[in-house]
Amino acid sequence: MTREEVLQDLQTRFGDDIIEFFDKSPHRVYIEIKPDAIVQFGVYLFRTLKARFNIASGTDIPPKIEILYHFIIEDINLLISLRIKLDRDNAVSKSLGAEIEAVNWIEREMAELLGITFTGHPDPRHLLLHEEWPKEVYPLRQDYEEWDETADRTRGV
Amino acid sequence: MGRTIIPIGPYHPLQEEPELFSLTVEGEKVVDIDVQIGYNHRGIEKLSETKTFENSTFLVERICGICSTSHPYAYTRAVEDVFPMQVSMRAKYIRTIIAEGERIHSHLLWLGLAGHFLGYNTVYMWAWKLREEILDAMEILSGNRQNYAMFKPGGVRRDIKKADIPICLKKIDSVVPTLDMLKNAVLDDPVLHARLKGVGVFSKEAALEFSALGPTSRASGVARDVRKDSPYGAYEEMRWDMIVTENGDVFDKAVVRILETFESIKIIKYCLNNLPEGEIDARIKDIPLGEGIGHIEAPRGETFHYVKSDGTNRPQRHKVRAPTFMNLPTFKATVIGETISDATIILAAIDPCYCCTERVAVKNTAGKLLYNGQDLVRMSQEKTARMKRVGK
Repeated sequence: MTREEVLQDLQTRFGDDIIEFFDKSPHRVYIEIKPDAIVQFGVYLFRTLKARFNIASGTDIPPKIEILYHFIIEDINLLISLRIKLDRDNAVSKSLGAEIEAVNWIEREMAELLGITFTGHPDPRHLLLHEEWPKEVYPLRQDYEEWDETADRTRGV
Repeated sequence: MGRTIIPIGPYHPLQEEPELFSLTVEGEKVVDIDVQIGYNHRGIEKLSETKTFENSTFLVERICGICSTSHPYAYTRAVEDVFPMQVSMRAKYIRTIIAEGERIHSHLLWLGLAGHFLGYNTVYMWAWKLREEILDAMEILSGNRQNYAMFKPGGVRRDIKKADIPICLKKIDSVVPTLDMLKNAVLDDPVLHARLKGVGVFSKEAALEFSALGPTSRASGVARDVRKDSPYGAYEEMRWDMIVTENGDVFDKAVVRILETFESIKIIKYCLNNLPEGEIDARIKDIPLGEGIGHIEAPRGETFHYVKSDGTNRPQRHKVRAPTFMNLPTFKATVIGETISDATIILAAIDPCYCCTERVAVKNTAGKLLYNGQDLVRMSQEKTARMKRVGK
């Protein structure tokens, strides 16, 4: 399929789930979708359109938390970023990692750094932070503050 | 049969990312594997939010010693993607030269270490000797053997002097005959065939499922290379081949890396001989509101950076994804079912955690130390020696 056919196909297939369609440049498309549609949409890109999963990136933009799932269709050099916005106080999303092995790790990372719960994730352990890291302290949130009074952050400079 | 857990890691000074592999073994056979990372989580993404767009280039350059070009390259491309920006052809050529120089020295580093773990210390000595020549060439071009500090959003920081080009070409040419000899010695060696073929096979289906990158995927028959799929820099300007093999075993991963080194030499030579004239820097002033994605082919696979700008002079969000993040989980598909003496080289074949083998310790479930890292390397080397004797 060509670039136009892919984008047309996505728009007809997921028309109701798409909130905003931003055709940024020849190789970049950002699609904001309803959070509930992420698994269906992601799996369609990955399995049917044979896209490669690049990575996901979460950003804390109060009062929302935004997740971008980046996929690239290599044959047509098109990077499609699926954007979902979750409530900051109740950041719960369906797990795409349950369907696609490649998404497994990054969802674990976003869960601990941004405080997002991925329902149905096959392996919801911490990835980077220690198991004894305090609950509900999320380093990548905007309001993160130093919590460890004993920590020495002077680095000799 | 009783199960034993073998922890590999977590720290070694040569490792770019400390990590702990827990291998569960039954006798000699690995039946399960688990990975823990995060021992040295430095919070670079968070730190980058406190730096200006210009300064973040230096920060990401220090994520990894060996990939000190890949991260700045992907980052600058991400910043340049926020709004349309024209980077001059000369700057693109210089970027390509530096990036390919990094690929050569990284692949040679891998080859040397692979030789060492298999008990082929001659390969190790030769590969690292050749790597020195490449590092010298990089020093002539950039002033540094590592951490070249050549990248900046909009172009490159320093120009390449005309007088340096012939010296540099001579250095690179001097490597080729020895590298060729080394290639034939490695690829025709019957013991290496016996030792590496069919070991740690990573299937094409698994490579697609894990979204594996770089040589790890190309050795499994997945023709995937950002330089070809999403051309950038000067890669479209010349003819070069993407190396793809079909078997997915450790041997094929070695073949891909060795042959890629020759392609990189070809690319560098073309770029140095055909360096266009012109400006090297677009001199960006402000980064407007928006978001950008930059991805490039690092020696280990695609490096991916995402930058979100809120109109100030600092990124609101900066996401960094190194290729190892995608390649690491593939151990689940390659190590299970193999023997412990092969585990070191299979883990090494993906090229993230080579050095952690020095820290390998085999424990039984009561926590008693059975083997340490040196023992495992010795076991691996002894297996090669046994095969050599049988072959004679």
